[in-house]
Amino acid sequence: MVTLKELPTQELFGPGHRMCTGCGPAATARMTMKALEKPAILVNATGCLEVASTIYPDTAWKVPWVHTLFENTAAVASGIEASLRKQGKADTVDIVAFGGDGGTFDIGIQALSGALERKHDFTYICYDNEAYMNTGIQRSGATPYGAATTTTPAGSKIPGKMDPKKDLIGICVAHGVEYAATASVAYWNDYITKVRRAAAVKGPAVIHVLAPCPLGWRFETSETIKLAKLAVQTKYFPLYEVEHGKYKLSLKVPKPVPLEEFLKPQGRFRHLFAPEFAKDLEELRKQVESNWNRITQLCGEPAAQTPPSSS
Amino acid sequence: MMKTVSQRIVGMNGDEAVAFAAKQAEVDVVAAYPITPQTIIVERFSDYVANGEVDTQFVCVESEHSALSACVGSSLIGSRVFTATSSQGLALMHEVLYLASGLRTPIVMAVANRALSAPINIHNDHSDMMGSRDCGWIQIYAENAQEAYDWTLQAFRIAEDHKVSLPVTVNLDGFTISHAMEGVAVLEDDQVSKFLGTRNPMYKLDAANPMTFGALALPDYYSEFKRQQVEAMNNTPPVVTAVADEFRKISARQYSAVSTFSVDDAEAAVICLGSIAGTARAVATRLRQQGKRVGVIKIWQYRPFPTSEVAELLSNVKSVGVIDRAVSFGAPYGALCSDIASTKVLTGIETKMFNVICGLGGRDVKPTDIEGVFERALRHARGEPIGDTVSFVGVRT
Repeated sequence: MVTLKELPTQELFGPGHRMCTGCGPAATARMTMKALEKPAILVNATGCLEVASTIYPDTAWKVPWVHTLFENTAAVASGIEASLRKQGKADTVDIVAFGGDGGTFDIGIQALSGALERKHDFTYICYDNEAYMNTGIQRSGATPYGAATTTTPAGSKIPGKMDPKKDLIGICVAHGVEYAATASVAYWNDYITKVRRAAAVKGPAVIHVLAPCPLGWRFETSETIKLAKLAVQTKYFPLYEVEHGKYKLSLKVPKPVPLEEFLKPQGRFRHLFAPEFAKDLEELRKQVESNWNRITQLCGEPAAQTPPSSS
Repeated sequence: MMKTVSQRIVGMNGDEAVAFAAKQAEVDVVAAYPITPQTIIVERFSDYVANGEVDTQFVCVESEHSALSACVGSSLIGSRVFTATSSQGLALMHEVLYLASGLRTPIVMAVANRALSAPINIHNDHSDMMGSRDCGWIQIYAENAQEAYDWTLQAFRIAEDHKVSLPVTVNLDGFTISHAMEGVAVLEDDQVSKFLGTRNPMYKLDAANPMTFGALALPDYYSEFKRQQVEAMNNTPPVVTAVADEFRKISARQYSAVSTFSVDDAEAAVICLGSIAGTARAVATRLRQQGKRVGVIKIWQYRPFPTSEVAELLSNVKSVGVIDRAVSFGAPYGALCSDIASTKVLTGIETKMFNVICGLGGRDVKPTDIEGVFERALRHARGEPIGDTVSFVGVRT
């Protein structure tokens, strides 16, 4: 773990970007730049981070940075890495690709899969705010069960998204990547440590970081870090890393906070507290519990006791 | 008189000739995905890599979309980059094509032209490239393997010239050129090295000099970016001429935007792209022997379109049959004929014109088909009726 004093004071991302107040992805970008120890080349998928950080003629980046398309970020990173390898400079530069959850879980998954399989030396960071926020909060493969988005609205019959969230890290681990990890913007030293580990890997590494969006999740802009922390403390978003296929829990949650404390401040889950959707709230709870149990089992943790349902 | 240059003649098909040119160009990175009839290009290049004959990073990607995306990444680092595709592959690359030209990456891509689905068909026509003709790439059409080799080499010089800095496609007709074995006169490696030099990028992704590429340009700046791309296109013809001049000195082969055959005193002519030109010349030769004043105009450099050259060539021709090897559904003419129509409007030449669509999905374009086009053009020239000004040839009714 790093300490605050050890972090560089230099800001390679911003200030001056136009991300929203309380933006989780903006915090992710800033922390990433503090984590990287070598000169970096950044590749950014289409999304909030890209759009709001490089409105011509301004740029918030003090490192070489390129945005091309939505779904090809890992492929562009592949080309960059191939060129640097040809120039004999591959070991002197950290190539970091940023993609949101839409650009990673959905439209960019093929390019990511190819790049992981080919073992390009780069770090892929998926900042996950659990929907297509840049286009106006549409559901993605990362949107959790029950969440209301503009394409899975909380209707009178269908209460939000009816499909579970994809297991991104599982997909990446299945490619045999040397290092993959989840992280949360609330746990900055865990995140920075993981970025450094990922960057040190010779080959591809993936970090999946939960980065709350006040606008899309509908909560107070001052609560971003609190929500990101509650996601972990309620077992909603387990923090773990996978090195050479071996899972390790990064943060144990001996006294989990009830899931409601994470859900209730968010407008996207509000409808689940209506009596007619009690079973959907229960379904989400089951999915969270089952995911936690699966991950902790993979991490070799003792089986968790199921807390009493607080219906 | 051209100086005689002794050159090795190597038996190669069009794909092999292109791969050989890319090898001699000492490309830094190739990122490609296989598709018939382009496959031989990537296979031969893989052989060169596997046998250590070339020091290239070959990225064998999982789709054409990623192929061109990886090429863009490499090109932005400052590398010399090559790729190849065809048909559906080019269609899958469509949005990346605009990215490559918009980011001004001088990538060279061979396109072994093939029909587009549906119905699926692996054979030649120009639907693939015509579907992307406004993508901001310089577009060259070769007639045979020799031209595919020569243009691939020249393409790197043209693309990487700072006045241009645009990507180039070298088109070769699927199977007709890509798979047909010919004797190809090749330059020596050191001649090519000297001719091409190494790429000297204007701007690049460089840790020592951080720059932002691919920023969001809103209505206050977007138009200027596009305007600059137009200027780069406009800068291209003199660069092509200069590169072709230099290439002639080492190869004794002369290239330009258009190639002509007995057009000077022609009453009637045919305009076409690619391998049909060979058939057209053979037919024209025979008709000339019968005293018929016919000629052939082959467009090498389709984009930027050589409007003034074509207008000058046509100014004394009474009628021209324009051959399109692709359909522009719902449009008044096929793509090439639309360009000729625009040329007429822009320059005021009074040449009569009609459009022939043929050779779709690899349908053989026979000498008799072309003869029919010449005969119609001659009748047209004499003021006789010729029927529809847009018609299919060699197609069941």
